[in-house]
Amino acid sequence: MTDIKHDGPRIDEATGVETVGHEWDGIEELNNPLPRWWILSFYACILWAIAYCIAYPAWPMISSATQGVLGWTSRGELAKEMQAQEKERAANVAALADMPIEQLPGNPALMRAAVAGGRAAFKVNCVQCHGSGAAGSKGYPNLNDDDWLWGGDLKAIETTLIHGIRQPGDDQTRFSQMPSFGRDGILTPAQVSAVTNHVLSLSSKAKDSPAGAQLFAENCAVCHGPAGKGMREFGAPNLTDAIWLYGGSRQDVIASVTNAHAGVMPAWGNRLDPVTVKMLAAYVHSLGGGEDFTEQAAPAAPATPAEQTNEQP
Amino acid sequence: MVKVVSGAGIWLAILLLAVIAIAGAQDSGFAIHMTIVAIAALIGLVVSVNKADYAAIAKGILRTPDETKYDDDPIRWGVIATVFWGMAGFLAGLFIALQLAYPLLNLEPFFNFGRLRPLHTSAVIFAFGGNALIATSFYVVQRTCRARLAFPQLARFVFWGYQLFIVLAATGYLLGISQSKEYAEPEWYVDWWLTIVWVAYLVVFVGTILKRKEPHIYVANWFYLSFIITVAMLHLVNNVDIPVSFLGSKSYPFFGGVQGALVQWWYGHNAVGFFLTAGFLAMMYYFVPKQAERPIYSYRLSIIHFWALIFLYIWAGPHHLHYTALPDWAQTLGMVFSIMLWMPSWGGMINGLMTLNGAWDKVRTDPIIRMMVMSVAFYGMSTFEGPMMSIKSVNSLSHYTDWTIGHVHSGALGWNGMITFSAIYFLVPRLWKRERLYSIRMVNWHFWLATLGIVFYAASMWVAGVTQGLMWREYGADGYLVNSFADTVAALHWEYVARAFGGALYLAGAVLLVINVWRTILGHLRQEAPMHNATYDEAADRPAAPVPAE
Repeated sequence: MTDIKHDGPRIDEATGVETVGHEWDGIEELNNPLPRWWILSFYACILWAIAYCIAYPAWPMISSATQGVLGWTSRGELAKEMQAQEKERAANVAALADMPIEQLPGNPALMRAAVAGGRAAFKVNCVQCHGSGAAGSKGYPNLNDDDWLWGGDLKAIETTLIHGIRQPGDDQTRFSQMPSFGRDGILTPAQVSAVTNHVLSLSSKAKDSPAGAQLFAENCAVCHGPAGKGMREFGAPNLTDAIWLYGGSRQDVIASVTNAHAGVMPAWGNRLDPVTVKMLAAYVHSLGGGEDFTEQAAPAAPATPAEQTNEQP
Repeated sequence: MVKVVSGAGIWLAILLLAVIAIAGAQDSGFAIHMTIVAIAALIGLVVSVNKADYAAIAKGILRTPDETKYDDDPIRWGVIATVFWGMAGFLAGLFIALQLAYPLLNLEPFFNFGRLRPLHTSAVIFAFGGNALIATSFYVVQRTCRARLAFPQLARFVFWGYQLFIVLAATGYLLGISQSKEYAEPEWYVDWWLTIVWVAYLVVFVGTILKRKEPHIYVANWFYLSFIITVAMLHLVNNVDIPVSFLGSKSYPFFGGVQGALVQWWYGHNAVGFFLTAGFLAMMYYFVPKQAERPIYSYRLSIIHFWALIFLYIWAGPHHLHYTALPDWAQTLGMVFSIMLWMPSWGGMINGLMTLNGAWDKVRTDPIIRMMVMSVAFYGMSTFEGPMMSIKSVNSLSHYTDWTIGHVHSGALGWNGMITFSAIYFLVPRLWKRERLYSIRMVNWHFWLATLGIVFYAASMWVAGVTQGLMWREYGADGYLVNSFADTVAALHWEYVARAFGGALYLAGAVLLVINVWRTILGHLRQEAPMHNATYDEAADRPAAPVPAE
């Protein structure tokens, strides 16, 4: 055996410090004291911890915990912060609550506040389907364009928001039902193909045929109009504008005629307070495609009763 | 003969049980897993029958292992497994980092982020880190006790059983089998298997300590033992659950709601504390003084910081649940215990760094020492950052952001990775009886690639985390939140690219490790200008009181 067994402490040459006297596989240990700054910092941390435990809720007792001399709670802090934010918004919220949406364009300051609030609420509630830029995707309408299924003035948007689309149990919900022409055997596949050609021809994407035009007039014009311009009272889309909710390829249109789509949107009136819905309407209206009222807004309706607080940031 | 028969009998019984389980499996994932178990049992059966030396048994000769040498086979396998799983884990990490920057890389369903992320974390923590810990603990406990491993067969079972655990866990993630608890994703039957393996590990380790020839137990073994015992406790408590069927993969946890969250983070935090801190401190306490050829800086500091560390760490878990439904008092305790933990953590850093007193010149001349010093420096940095992030006002900004990811990676890549690499570089020439590593200069390259990689990783994640935290809480002049979640994700694209670049550098360094280990094992020596290396006395590397030669 070539290793040296040390029977007791020795002085380490390089540092001049004594070893403890143990040795394991050649490893020895010096007998340095605890570094002073280390032990003092450790004590300081312990003292700080004790002080913090006195100041804040800390030690569990039998039925609750020590409350801390500062009386701080995390729920209390949250409530305080939310109240401060609410207070800042209170004037605008109260004004919006009292104002029918038709009068909003006449008050630019309030309109601006409503759009800001709507933008925030949109990011929480709407982006999941409509996208963070409100550009939508297949099956979810783009809200930036001026193509509206159910009307694009403030009141129409608000109504759509409150009652949703195809919501059972809400008798004012936006509701339309296109037949599944192919699946239900109303049209044969050849007829579906012909009428698809006519539909695509409306935006110059295919060549029309007399048969297709005839089929369209018999089956589709009642809702989409003889020229295919759509009818908002039925929520029937304009087929001439090259904007397609479910895709504009030949295959997509055949699919839509064969199996009609029936998208849904929640009735936000049940989920959000009226002021937030108003704000959302103002925001969506502001995105670029908002329409003016075609007739002068009705005289101011009586103020809605006291508003609950706006829960949506 | 009896031993052979009973060994084969156990494997046969497991094989039969697995076949029955395949036949009655309630879901395809469980059937696939039982097939893996059956294959493992079949291999075990074949090996135990083939390996039996029937001639010797017939003559009544008991082949005894060479008592004059340490039992290093499981350690050699463990080093190879560490390198292998490390590469798998780093590669998975780089891939999911790229997925975050380029979501198109989510290949549904087996290779989406949700399944690969636990694959990455488990591969690096439990497969890479776990194999490193098991292998080094078997190496260190023998040397510092001057005794061969107790229960050599059990030690081999620990190694192979642990690999089976890893394979079951990893394939389970890809198949979508998960109990959805972070760092504890494997389902109930994999947990049961790990429990068996872990108890065997404890038995081997404690058995070896009990047969030690040294009067005292070396500090590294205190840390290894605390790691083994505490991980056993954490694993058992956090995985109390009720299987839906004993022939199916799904189970439900016993603890629910905020209690479940508290148990989970008591587990999760102490997995960091005892797996990634205590266990790796044990590695540091052996390999740093060996490579530096210097005594440990302070025996007294090692005692105080060991006991302070293990006492304080276990209470700090609730800091993962700040500003949640967890009662305020528990959050307070989680925070103050984290603050008190700061100095005990740094005790290990001081003892590691100050051990170089009298040998600081080796940082310049010995790349393995350089790697160890960088590792301990990252340990010090992340054990300062951790307590800081546990302070509630800091946490309200940092929580749920990429700052946390940066923090864990400065610890994982810097501390755990670098100390493991340097331990491997120390071990390989000794385990395979080579003159030195294939190339010590490549270690230097590995050091710089890894360091630069961590700098890219940590810096980009700090920027990303603070950006994210500030964007989430940003209120506009009108009193409304400004950003949607998707906006904050889009804002971080270039940080994510920079992070992936850092990960690629780190992986490139690990490729050098693979080449170096591979060629050292093959016995190659690269012609290169010599660099400093610690001396190795093979004659002294033996258990105490060997059987005298006849």
